[in-house]
Amino acid sequence: MIYREAGDFKTSYRDDSQTFPIRLDRWGYYITLAVAFGIIPFVINDYWANAVLVPFLIYAIAALGLNILTGYAGQVSLGTGGFMAVGAYSVYKLMTAFPEVNIVIHILLAGGITAMVGVMFGLPSLRIKGFYLAVATLAAQFFLVWLFNKVPWFYNYSASGQINAPTRTVLGHAVTGPAATAPAKYLICLVFVFVLAWVARNLTRGTLGRKWMAIRDMDIAAEIIGVNPLGAKLSAFAVSSFFIGIAGALLFAVYLGAAEVGEAFGINKSFLVLFMIIIGGLGSIFGSFAGAAFLVLLPVLLKNLLVGGLGWPTDLAAHIELMIVGALIVLFLIVEPHGLARLWSLAKEKLRLWPFPH
Amino acid sequence: MDQLIFAAEVVLNGLMAGVMYALVALGFVLIFKASGVFNYAQGVMALFAALTLVGIQNGQVPFAHLINAAFGTSLHHFGWTVPSVLAILLTAGVMVLLAFLIEKLVLQHLVGQEPIILFMATIGLAYFLEGLGDVMWGADIKTLDVGLPQGISDTVEQVTANWFGYGFFIDRLDIWATVIAALLVAALVAFSQYTKQGRAMRAVADDHQAALSVGISLRFIWVMVWSIAGFVALVAGIMWGTKSGVQFSLSLIALKALPVLMLGGFTSIPGAIVGGLIIGVGEKLFEFAIGPMVGGATENWFAYVLALVFLVFRPQGLFGERIIERV
Amino acid sequence: MKLSFTTLAAAILAASPVLADLVVPNMSYRTGPYAANGIPYADGFNDYFTLLNERDGGIGGVRVSVPECETAYNTEKGVECYEALRPQNPLVLNPLSTGITYQLIPRVAVDGITLYTPGYGRTSAKNGSVFEWVFNAPANYWDGASVAIKHILDQEGGDLSGKKIALVYHNSAYGKEPIRTLEELSQKHGFELSLLPVDAPGQEQKSQWLQIRRDQPDYVIMYAWGVMNQVAIQEAVNIRFPMDRFIGIWWSGSENDVRPAGAGADGYKALTFHGVGRDYPLYDDMQQYVFDAGKASGAGDQMGSVLYSRGVYAAVVIAEAIRTAQELAGTPNVNAAQVRDGFEALNITAERMAELGLPDFGQPISLSCENHGGDGLVRLQQWSAGDGQWSLITDFIEPDADILNPLIEADSAAFAQESGITPRCN
Repeated sequence: MIYREAGDFKTSYRDDSQTFPIRLDRWGYYITLAVAFGIIPFVINDYWANAVLVPFLIYAIAALGLNILTGYAGQVSLGTGGFMAVGAYSVYKLMTAFPEVNIVIHILLAGGITAMVGVMFGLPSLRIKGFYLAVATLAAQFFLVWLFNKVPWFYNYSASGQINAPTRTVLGHAVTGPAATAPAKYLICLVFVFVLAWVARNLTRGTLGRKWMAIRDMDIAAEIIGVNPLGAKLSAFAVSSFFIGIAGALLFAVYLGAAEVGEAFGINKSFLVLFMIIIGGLGSIFGSFAGAAFLVLLPVLLKNLLVGGLGWPTDLAAHIELMIVGALIVLFLIVEPHGLARLWSLAKEKLRLWPFPH
Repeated sequence: MDQLIFAAEVVLNGLMAGVMYALVALGFVLIFKASGVFNYAQGVMALFAALTLVGIQNGQVPFAHLINAAFGTSLHHFGWTVPSVLAILLTAGVMVLLAFLIEKLVLQHLVGQEPIILFMATIGLAYFLEGLGDVMWGADIKTLDVGLPQGISDTVEQVTANWFGYGFFIDRLDIWATVIAALLVAALVAFSQYTKQGRAMRAVADDHQAALSVGISLRFIWVMVWSIAGFVALVAGIMWGTKSGVQFSLSLIALKALPVLMLGGFTSIPGAIVGGLIIGVGEKLFEFAIGPMVGGATENWFAYVLALVFLVFRPQGLFGERIIERV
Repeated sequence: MKLSFTTLAAAILAASPVLADLVVPNMSYRTGPYAANGIPYADGFNDYFTLLNERDGGIGGVRVSVPECETAYNTEKGVECYEALRPQNPLVLNPLSTGITYQLIPRVAVDGITLYTPGYGRTSAKNGSVFEWVFNAPANYWDGASVAIKHILDQEGGDLSGKKIALVYHNSAYGKEPIRTLEELSQKHGFELSLLPVDAPGQEQKSQWLQIRRDQPDYVIMYAWGVMNQVAIQEAVNIRFPMDRFIGIWWSGSENDVRPAGAGADGYKALTFHGVGRDYPLYDDMQQYVFDAGKASGAGDQMGSVLYSRGVYAAVVIAEAIRTAQELAGTPNVNAAQVRDGFEALNITAERMAELGLPDFGQPISLSCENHGGDGLVRLQQWSAGDGQWSLITDFIEPDADILNPLIEADSAAFAQESGITPRCN
């Protein structure tokens, strides 16, 4: 009734192939952007920034990156934590070595370095497929963590191997270090998310994305129709690692401010990001956001509800929180097996017909 | 010469460690073979089984913390202890019940879905079981003792001391683990080869639809397989829990099983055993020979690098089914 | 069920902090990989403040409220907790996690909240002229390493040349802390140091212990945490390493760590900076006002255990700092900045400890602008598997200041330079 496409005519191919062909979706998108850029920065407080929105945005970048690799190109990866560590340590080394260069450049460079590392560990994907490929990425995960823990050069020879992000500014506002304000942290992450999501969307619907999807659906068939598997797979690894490296750099520099490789970038992180894209929806940009939101926001929400609202003991609340998250994952699967993104599009289908379903 | 003897000791201990890894990997393989599900919750199942075992043994009141918080009571123990054998049987019963519930509440609704979706369901299951185990039995550390011996085996030490002039170290718990693992595998093989249910299980593993068409109940098979996996998880939980006490970290032993699975192939029981042995020996030898030169703690990543090297030459794992690709 | 939860919730909401309360949050972890260690500590911390509220009506007549926040030993949850607690104006934070501590050190300096990290955290925070808001009295990791070597010196009649000492450590920031100290000490005393890292979680340590069995070091020092403790002690028992030559840091010396190894763990030693057992007058009051009144935290079965005592001790020092702050400020309702001043003026004498019902429980602590870490005295305790009890076997031993002070200077200077801090106190 309200949500409909009737009367929404397109007069050019360009209009027809836009990201949000339905006018209401487009409005929704513009309103979301307006709220995210125009309203939230003025009302955000430290709790919302540091505990909710900044981690959500950073994990959304990581999920986008992994979704490109796993969802679009079909290469299973469990090395996300290790690649995030590469981003974090690159940005740390760059920040401390070249303090006068802008942090944004450092973060982009960190992404670039991660992309190179990613390509290196992506090479076995040319021979190993499916679940077995996970072993190559797991090797990356454990080896990289070990390396950053072992070689003192990476943590500037500090006594315990912790790295700390010094204060750096963008346009005169501190975005890293203890002096960074909530809006500054939020905005820098938001800008990265916005640009990267835009890049991801346009890459995945262009030639490169089609090649990736061809490889995902059946690599031999793709090869026969002229897709070069070497180029497609390695480019997927490169782009994905670039995203993940930026997420790691932001996670360390903007969000945490201090990190220890085993704790912050361990195998759990790899699983967490993988869960995000599976729960959100493989091969979907929206799914990356939905999955990140589900696994970042839901625990915080449940915690506040159970401890803050109902006053349960913290340990009981934490245990029951796990049970609820687990049960919800199973429940969503039973209702709609293809992730939150599919659930969302089904909901939109229903809305189109509402209130006259037949 | 000395180095050689030390290396031999390391290899022997690596084999034993490999058996422990294989025990965990077995649970994964069983479920993967029969239902094509990569059961991420296997490690948490081992933790849950061990927690339940200790809880039953010590007569803990399940959900005590929850009940106390809700009703202001202070229940903790029933005040009795249960003998180990009975407790193990009861725990096995609980695992069967769990398998039944998983089938009834989760798998039944996901019949015919893609593997990735079933994998996702086990993620949810892992979260749920982790929370449930803690709520039921509490998150504190518990000592597990079912009467398994621990510590250095004197016999082995003496015999080897006579032979080489250097007594080898073998943990008696490891010897027991090896014996139990061997019995377990023998029982599994006998079961799947010689019983009606076992054959039905293999039929399901081969082809779901063909099995259904000849009248095999998929539901029954799934309950059975998950029960067996639960039982294997219990055995793994007992072995690892005896060593380190029962606590959250027990669920992380699943990480040790991953390279074993990759190496041995997801679908092969002998693969899990051989893979476990290769990983065990490989990582221990590497830590012994190369570890000191690069600063140690290499075991975690070396297991994966080793598996990777094997996979480059055999992409389907050592004993995995040959991948035939058709367009 | 539902009804009782709502009534429970209502009851707790009714008792939630009044604005005038002194807020000392408990950043605990009762879940996750280190829950077994986190539970007793959190219980002890809560129970001491409950005792103060019940018996004395708080500190200086103002009640203390202890909001608890679950971190699961996870840095990201720690951030969430920090942000959730900050609007309640906490006076002191005690996060009990190296990762969270490192992460909070720069932030508390900006936000003006004292960070108290007894026996963990960043060692060089002892230098108060650089770390204005961080206190780590009475002892730190380097003190521990130094005292362990002193104890070994004692055992060996003062000469360690040619001896072999192995360090088995958690391969993380925490575990790596003592390496530099031990390296310096090995040069000074001429012992041979071998390093054996164990990756977290540490369930599989066969390689490390085979190496120890082969090399036969004279002593093993251990910096472990969580499941690594239990497995290491079990493996040491397995290879029949003499337990009285096996010395753990205080985080490797609780009942939880030795019990799973059974009788074999008898004689295992651990460093500590406070007394053990429940044989202190304070615990009689605790029994009367907290346990018998049914107000005990958690399951209420931890009183007198090592980690419980450590939680109590942390709470005692914080309470004394608040008391000092109240005297200095002349008002019972102190704020975070005043409590920081209270910490710097803190002077807990042996008599004061006895007055508190904890005679000979902890060392005298006297802090100043430069010294945020106390004297760093450490003593040793030994496990007796027969009685299932720890007992103190030495008096407080002084660490080797000649070695430690330059290291602390260097590390804090590096931090000061990195973050652009000008040292104070001159």
